[in-house]
Amino acid sequence: MAATMSNVEEIRTRVILGEYDIKNVHTSDYPGNYPGYDDTWDMRKFQKNFRVDLVHLNESSMEFDMVGIDAAIANAFRRILLAEVPTMAIEKVFIYNNTSIVQDEVLAQRLGLVPIKADPRLFEYRSPGDESAEEEGSEIDTIQLQLKIKCSRNPRASKDSADPRELYLNHMVYSSDIKWVPIGNQADVFADSVIGPVHDDILIAQLRPGHELDIVMHCVKGLGQDHAKFSPVATASYRLLPEITLLEPVEGEMAERLKRCFSRGVIDIQDVDGRKVAKVVNSRLDTCSREFLRHDDLKNVVKLGRLRDHFIFTVESTGILPPDVLVTEAIKVLMVKCQRFLSELDSPELE
Amino acid sequence: SMAVESEKKPVLEMVQADGADEGCVTFVLHDEDHTLGNSLRYMIMKTVDVDFCGYTITHPSESKINFRIQTRGGIPATEPLRRGLNELSDVCQHVLNTFQARVEEFKERQEQPME
Repeated sequence: MAATMSNVEEIRTRVILGEYDIKNVHTSDYPGNYPGYDDTWDMRKFQKNFRVDLVHLNESSMEFDMVGIDAAIANAFRRILLAEVPTMAIEKVFIYNNTSIVQDEVLAQRLGLVPIKADPRLFEYRSPGDESAEEEGSEIDTIQLQLKIKCSRNPRASKDSADPRELYLNHMVYSSDIKWVPIGNQADVFADSVIGPVHDDILIAQLRPGHELDIVMHCVKGLGQDHAKFSPVATASYRLLPEITLLEPVEGEMAERLKRCFSRGVIDIQDVDGRKVAKVVNSRLDTCSREFLRHDDLKNVVKLGRLRDHFIFTVESTGILPPDVLVTEAIKVLMVKCQRFLSELDSPELE
Repeated sequence: SMAVESEKKPVLEMVQADGADEGCVTFVLHDEDHTLGNSLRYMIMKTVDVDFCGYTITHPSESKINFRIQTRGGIPATEPLRRGLNELSDVCQHVLNTFQARVEEFKERQEQPME
């Protein structure tokens, strides 16, 4: 559609979800694109329009709105949350004895994915270099954990019991069996914080009498880019705020059908002069299933769009760091990236 | 083999066509991807005297981006790059301050039980 005066605002600010396509997806407000608009970057205008609204926050997840920012930067924060905020995870697994039916490498992979509660900001990265096994790793870059468990028959079980919980002792190896072994001065530095797996009830392996596990693990600091076990978020995602506009008044039985086309709570039926009229009350709750497009009479009555600069972020943490700390760290990572190239530009440059 | 210091990995390179002026430069940013590429491209496109700004990931197996800037009016290309990086850094700082203020407010509101 050509950019006439009336729909310029819509092209600039809304993403329209049509029946067969999605319109106005890309950011277009660059200087020179629209005559009469001054789209040059203005920090003051950005600061005036930008706002953050916290909807929900607890130790494991948070939901917040970021309004007035472009998708490029919001996406950068999302990508950093997934892949570039460092955490500690088990990297080297020294298996001294594994007589269980779980193979060594499978066990090591499962151990790597267990989230370890240790503040990664208090540790350094391990410097890459030729290090021989077990000699590398000092107290500032390594956490040592131990898993030592042996399954035996329960002497007190009744004769005809078939329940493994009664027959065997230690037949399920949970993450609570992983114990921290402080090295160097870690016992003093981390005296009041408990270092170990975040969750106690992650099943790692199952054993039967005679099976034994004797494992030492080293945790190092890493990024989600390298391996997904280092990702600090269960997931971090955003969606744009939906906007539902009714182009005509919708009444009676059509209103009831319209209400069922959207998620619960989006459309309300109100009584106006004895007639039942549909009204959009909370478009934020909608998941944009576009169900109304399947009804021929409702197709042309509703206009579904999204606000291009209103991002509803959902950040779920794995428990290593609280979600608000994760978002703070992600923003700092982007700042550090900029500073890195700025200092490269300022240093004597070679072609 | 540990003595040679110039073995360190490059971070930023500039590639310029012979005979072109300082305004058309392709920067090669190492160890970067869409995260910095797209956000930096947005900040630089919002500058008035930039004719062209775009970035490519040359091959998905290599983590480097080719970032091209073409300016108008004889301005060296490093200038909008530097300004874009500074502005992106300022945006992050503002977002950080706003976010932390909201989190503080939210936590205080949660501690005071509503009567």
